[in-house]
Amino acid sequence: MAIITEKDLQLTYDVIVVGSGAGGGQSAYTLTMNGVKVLMLEAGRNYDPVTETPMFQSRADAPLRGMSTKEKPFGFHDATVDGGWEVPGEPYTQASTDPKQRFDWWRARMLGGRTNHWGRISLRNGPYDFKPYSRDGLGFDWPFGYEEVAPYYDKVEMLIGVYGSNEGLENTPDSPNGTLLPAPKARAGELYVKKHVAQFGISVIPIHRAILSTRQDHINFPARLHPNNPKAQKILAKAMQERAACFWATDCGRGCSIKANYQSTTVHLPPALATGNLDILCNAHAREVTVGTDGKANGVIYIDKVTGQERAVKGRAVILAASSGETARILLNSKSNRFPNGLANGSGLVGKYIMDTVGGKLGGSVPAFENLPVHNEEGAGAHVYIPWWLYKDASKLGFARGYHIEFGTGRRMPGLGVGSASPGYGKTYKEEVRQKYGAGIGFTGRGEMIPNENCFCELDPSVKDKWGIPVLRFHWKWSEHETKQAAHMEATFAMMIDAIGGKTKKPELDGTKAIEPGGSIIHEVGGAMMGADPKKSVTNQWNQCWEVPNLLLNDASAFCSNPDKNPTLTIMALAWRASDHLVEEMRKGNL
Amino acid sequence: MPTNMENIPADNSGQIDRRQALKWIGAAAAAAAIFPHASAQDKLPRPAATPTGQRIGADPVLNKNYTPGELWPLTLTAKQRKAAASLTDLILPPDNPGDKLPSQLGVQEFIDEWISSPYDETSNDRPVITEGLNWLDAEAQRRFQKDFADLAEPQKCAIADDICGKTAVKKEFKSAQNFFGRFRYLAASGYYTTPQGWKDVGYVGNVPTVNFDGPTPEALKHLGLA
Repeated sequence: MAIITEKDLQLTYDVIVVGSGAGGGQSAYTLTMNGVKVLMLEAGRNYDPVTETPMFQSRADAPLRGMSTKEKPFGFHDATVDGGWEVPGEPYTQASTDPKQRFDWWRARMLGGRTNHWGRISLRNGPYDFKPYSRDGLGFDWPFGYEEVAPYYDKVEMLIGVYGSNEGLENTPDSPNGTLLPAPKARAGELYVKKHVAQFGISVIPIHRAILSTRQDHINFPARLHPNNPKAQKILAKAMQERAACFWATDCGRGCSIKANYQSTTVHLPPALATGNLDILCNAHAREVTVGTDGKANGVIYIDKVTGQERAVKGRAVILAASSGETARILLNSKSNRFPNGLANGSGLVGKYIMDTVGGKLGGSVPAFENLPVHNEEGAGAHVYIPWWLYKDASKLGFARGYHIEFGTGRRMPGLGVGSASPGYGKTYKEEVRQKYGAGIGFTGRGEMIPNENCFCELDPSVKDKWGIPVLRFHWKWSEHETKQAAHMEATFAMMIDAIGGKTKKPELDGTKAIEPGGSIIHEVGGAMMGADPKKSVTNQWNQCWEVPNLLLNDASAFCSNPDKNPTLTIMALAWRASDHLVEEMRKGNL
Repeated sequence: MPTNMENIPADNSGQIDRRQALKWIGAAAAAAAIFPHASAQDKLPRPAATPTGQRIGADPVLNKNYTPGELWPLTLTAKQRKAAASLTDLILPPDNPGDKLPSQLGVQEFIDEWISSPYDETSNDRPVITEGLNWLDAEAQRRFQKDFADLAEPQKCAIADDICGKTAVKKEFKSAQNFFGRFRYLAASGYYTTPQGWKDVGYVGNVPTVNFDGPTPEALKHLGLA
């Protein structure tokens, strides 16, 4: 089995997985390592980071010095192809013309999906994060607690390779000894911030990111991850040996040809393919899940994007991991007499309670950083961050929950705009450019959004994509919890910039203006919430749809909340857990 | 969302975000007054406002090196290109023996690529740069009876000093000052993104290393952290 074309499709599979990113990649990995025959459908083209990544290209090698464009929103060299907030031929619509009520939907139509370009920030949700309603009466509790998910966080961290450290901070879980890879050293500017913000009770600590700061323990990890499964151990040991350690150069967002960072395409899919149990069909855009007379899912109808033809494949179970929005869309488009409102939508909650992350930012210039003795500050993107520090002040803040802070300093690869802050020309101009280059700082906040009834997606009654499939229409409205939080971010950033003697513009303290637009942080989660009550949720705690138990939602659509911790690690942990349970249920003959 | 560089403001990383891009595009548009002086003397046709041409596309080959003119046709006339090369070298003179002139590194070709691109983000620069270059030659003719590129350095400086923004600019040079600011933005962006520009500005990354050593003792001392 392999990356195939349509003529090589088997008549039937044990499981059809829709999507190849964090959720789909992890599901396919877990299932195939357990001997399950899987077909993965990917809406985009095949993509190989080993041969396609622009590892050492300078921005001068790119058109327009790598400027961000509508087609390449994160710049020319960003790994994402056929993706962005706009995908030709695949529109979505807004219910409101009010720009504050927009939700911009990022998609990446390529093998590996969004895992190819993401920030690799891999923070565990903490104990509070799984029981938010119990703590403050807002949003929803998850149907399990942190301790249930912790073993899967351990496994994912060992499998994908995550650098970081254990700091023992509140609601910021430690990993078992030996699980994390060593944290890279902090940069000069990062240490400077750390020293000067400690007075506010703010801690600057190593961040957790899915990057191999050293090579993985290919001797011990495989046995710990796959006990009593010698074949899986052997395959994983080999896959781990094929990954090199980070060499501290080139931007991770371009992808990594030496497999030092996590991309589904370099970490999940190669071992899954090596089992011989996985077929991957690219350019296969899932339209709907089909249901048999017994009410169970029995396959998927997809569009072959190369020919434009509609095709059907059969499976004993189906996993949707197409991204929260796309998974909701597929369910809503899977209408039948038995499921007139869309598949597994008896609760009416499919498409409801979608969330993004609260984003805010402020930059400044720091005279202390000027003329810093030249040394290589490249490293691997973020090395440190600031976890939320005001848990004890929750009642005084005027908004619920909190945010973490990411920030960047140092002399990194120059791009457009270097030198734009200096006047004049000639030698004195160049001297000033040298003096100021690397003396900037940028803070960004990433905070928790409370799910609310005004944020949802539904099928647009008239607009269809180029294949005639109804598209999503988004409704969006931040609550005051989010906008006040964004204002708090701005004030905090200004305070920190002041503390390091930096200069910045006046912070935007109107949170409705400070907050980044919905969808812009690309932490789209929710839309098919899990829960303990079939009337109030779409799936059970094993990501199985209540009404269709052999249909699993293994992406972030099943999330009940969206803590400030970035969602990807949790997507993988829950996909592994759900896939383990699926294997057991199939073994027992329950599905 | 990728976070590697997004935290760093434009002057540092060069990743202009959408808001910043809109801001400077707005500023450029507001100041893109016509250069009556130049257009009267140089009978060059005004360029079309929005060029058409092949866009980058959603799935370009990423690991190949592109040259200006490869994706869309360039705009500048030979005369304008000569003025652009000369101004680029005046703004960014080499500091070290053996360094190339920015014009030898093709910085003016990047500027031409930029103003010729089919993207909205660059379209406001097109009239500003082309008319500005026309003005530059016209002004050189007016003052010294030669094209800008043929002037002696002090003569070039005499013009540049009037429009570079270091001192208060006279009313009649407002448009020229706006041109100079945008040209310098593009020249510096073009230059500092080349390997020579990296070295020049003190960027020593993009080199594989076994370990990430962190800050040097000298750097820590500089920040009072040693």
